[in-house]
Amino acid sequence: MSAKPDQPYLLRKHKTEEWIGRGYTTICVMFLIVIIISIVYFVASKGITTFTKDGVSVSEFLFGTRWSPDDNHFGAFPFIYGSFLTSLLAAAIASPLSICAALFMTEIVPTWGKKLLQPVIELLAGIPSVVYGFIGLSILVPVLRDTFPGQGIGVAAGAIVLSIMILPTITSIATDALSSLPRNLKEASYGLGSTRWQTIKGVVLPTVMPSILTGVVLGMARAFGEALAVQMVIGNAPHVPSSLFESASTLTSVITLNMSNTVMGTAQNNALWSMALILLLMTFVFIFVVRLLERRHRL
Amino acid sequence: MKPKTADKVATGIIVFFALFIVAILLGMLGYIMVRGLSHIDWHFLTSPPQTIKEGGGIGPQLFNSLYLLVLTMIITIPLGLGAGIYMAEYAKPNRLTDTIRLVVEVLSSFPSIVVGLFGLLVIVNVFGLGFSLMSGAMVLTIFNMPLMVRVTEQAFRSVSREQKEAGLAMGLSKWKIITSILFPVALPIIVTGTILAAGRVFGEAAALLFTAGMTTPRIHFDDWNPLHAASPLNPFRPAETLAVHIWKVNSEGIAPDALEIAAGASAVLVIMVLIFNLLARWLGRALYRKFTSIK
Amino acid sequence: MTDLLRTQNLKVYYGQNEAVKGIDLNFAENSVTALIGPSGCGKSTFLRSLNRMNDEIADARQTGNIWIGDQDINAPGTDVTVLRQKIGMVWQRPNPFYKSIYDNIAFGPKYHGIRNKKELDRIVEESLRKAALWDEVKDRLSSSALSLSGGQQQRLCIARALSVNPSILLLDEPASALDPVSTSKIEELITELKQSLTIAIVTHNMQQAARVSDYTAYFYLGTLMEYGKTEIMFTNPTKPNTQEYISGRFG
Repeated sequence: MSAKPDQPYLLRKHKTEEWIGRGYTTICVMFLIVIIISIVYFVASKGITTFTKDGVSVSEFLFGTRWSPDDNHFGAFPFIYGSFLTSLLAAAIASPLSICAALFMTEIVPTWGKKLLQPVIELLAGIPSVVYGFIGLSILVPVLRDTFPGQGIGVAAGAIVLSIMILPTITSIATDALSSLPRNLKEASYGLGSTRWQTIKGVVLPTVMPSILTGVVLGMARAFGEALAVQMVIGNAPHVPSSLFESASTLTSVITLNMSNTVMGTAQNNALWSMALILLLMTFVFIFVVRLLERRHRL
Repeated sequence: MKPKTADKVATGIIVFFALFIVAILLGMLGYIMVRGLSHIDWHFLTSPPQTIKEGGGIGPQLFNSLYLLVLTMIITIPLGLGAGIYMAEYAKPNRLTDTIRLVVEVLSSFPSIVVGLFGLLVIVNVFGLGFSLMSGAMVLTIFNMPLMVRVTEQAFRSVSREQKEAGLAMGLSKWKIITSILFPVALPIIVTGTILAAGRVFGEAAALLFTAGMTTPRIHFDDWNPLHAASPLNPFRPAETLAVHIWKVNSEGIAPDALEIAAGASAVLVIMVLIFNLLARWLGRALYRKFTSIK
Repeated sequence: MTDLLRTQNLKVYYGQNEAVKGIDLNFAENSVTALIGPSGCGKSTFLRSLNRMNDEIADARQTGNIWIGDQDINAPGTDVTVLRQKIGMVWQRPNPFYKSIYDNIAFGPKYHGIRNKKELDRIVEESLRKAALWDEVKDRLSSSALSLSGGQQQRLCIARALSVNPSILLLDEPASALDPVSTSKIEELITELKQSLTIAIVTHNMQQAARVSDYTAYFYLGTLMEYGKTEIMFTNPTKPNTQEYISGRFG
């Protein structure tokens, strides 16, 4: 055979290719790092001007309940409260549903449960958030209006819409955790004569609890950052609601509504950037909690 | 309660909630389809929207969404592939790699509105691209990159080690192994993941409000020179996408048929997402079969 | 007969664990050397170190010398690319590329600079003939390599290794995943190929070692326990441990 390679040529070609590959992929990764640093830097530097330039105190911003930019009151507490309330409620509604869905797929009917629910969960995850907002506005709000006092729009509507949106997140993490359980764990329990529910309650759920919590936190993170779907159904009143069926606002909804109606550099506009900074910081908090849970899970 | 009864009750509850979720999805899809499909016709899909009159369409918005998706993918795919390949093939298990992994995780968890605001500040204002398709595409790239990186990394990691070793034993460079041997094996997973990511991009609105803008200038669908201001292909013009349009019609629409338009547009959006889902599965499977087929 | 491939005090570490503990072994030209021993004895690690395949494992490290002719391929700073193509390798599980049968074989030569279509055709045919696969696949060279049976895939992998004209062939349990018929085809092939190649084969199958090899090296716990001509090793081993392993009392 005459496959006699020209060695210096081969070496050179080899070196060039290695260089191209390493260079190209490294640039792509560098791009990611540059992006994240600039997002944090730009949002943070804009977000702190409220405190450094406009003279709003951090405590007034975080705990003040009066939001009226026209006479220089920048209390963002109603929005912070609204964000936390809606995302906590959403997680509270979605978690039991998600756990049931995950148990249905892995424990109750492992034969066809996954075939039925998996596509459903994937589709729920795929539906765009504006469509959730639209459906919330045209089905959920009228129902709430007819059943409860108030206009229908409000914290409850926001939380319900969000709960359906984060259902896929929690369900898929819970399902993964449940299906990775070692077989003998359950068999030991069944061997002692336990019923399926006793096994689920006594052995299965306690074992996967940290993973499910991870899912719940990730779901909350998603709910906390969701903007349009919530904005469409929550009513957007800038005060602390006294009931779940009263119009309220979240950080994201205020930003969405006011960013294009205010002029860059004004105190009101800067306050919106401060809220964006809170969203940014909360992302880090959520990730920190998730990492904490994962570490505990590994031990 | 006796354990047996408790078991039955619990099973009943679990099954009920599971089916309830199915019912929610079917209910939502059914509502959109019933409300929306009746409104969808050729005129609706091709004509421009009306502000105060009835009979507005979603033509420019639909075009904007598709065009923006193409622009986004043109930027995202090479970057995402590169970074994903780095994570799968070049990254050593050390602190730096852990940091990059954290960066990807953080980036994927940022609320899309925050990414949009960053785009407004840096791309629209500092770079001076203004409210434009280009700004939108760049922001969507940031929004989409983490997913592409993860998909690519996973796809490359799923290739068996022997494939790589076979290449090494033949004296190929690592890059040649990646592009010529591993990539074809990883391709079905990458394609599936990319199309699903595209579906997500297609429905995204929050990141676009302040980057691609909420208006579409008058565009002429007979001028395809991307350098002309009124050309649909001009990447530096503002462009309201379908998802943004749904939001706008819902929150500030004053046309008498605003609800029908929102329903019709939602139906189109959901159908597109469904198509993306089916396409992803089908194409992934078809590619896999092509490489392993008897023929 | 000269020794084409020699190792001198070759050691391989995985982290702190010394998997191969200083091995001196010579491979005679145009002969088959079988590496045998119980699982975990270091024979596969040793084989993989011969073309520096362990370089790719993050915490693996190797010391000592590996001589091909008069070149030490284990010397620091050696570019392994050029050296590796002198050494073909075949794995336990067939691992054809996700390409056509033709492209599987032509890939290596093309990379090494052969562009002439006729020349490539000739190499493909010759490699496939040498691997005793030509007659079975000559009518469907453009179909996917993954459509072949396991035994055919393995022979394709051998043909692929031959396509870049190596002088050494490393076989890591090449028949352990195959049926008896395919196994005997591979064994015939090995006997054919040693006319022009120096072959090292790791195997768990004592009969196979006895059938195909000229020399046998018995590994035990990372050391070379015994080495000699195969017929002598199998009839009259000097160490009781070797005797016990070969007769199947452990392993």
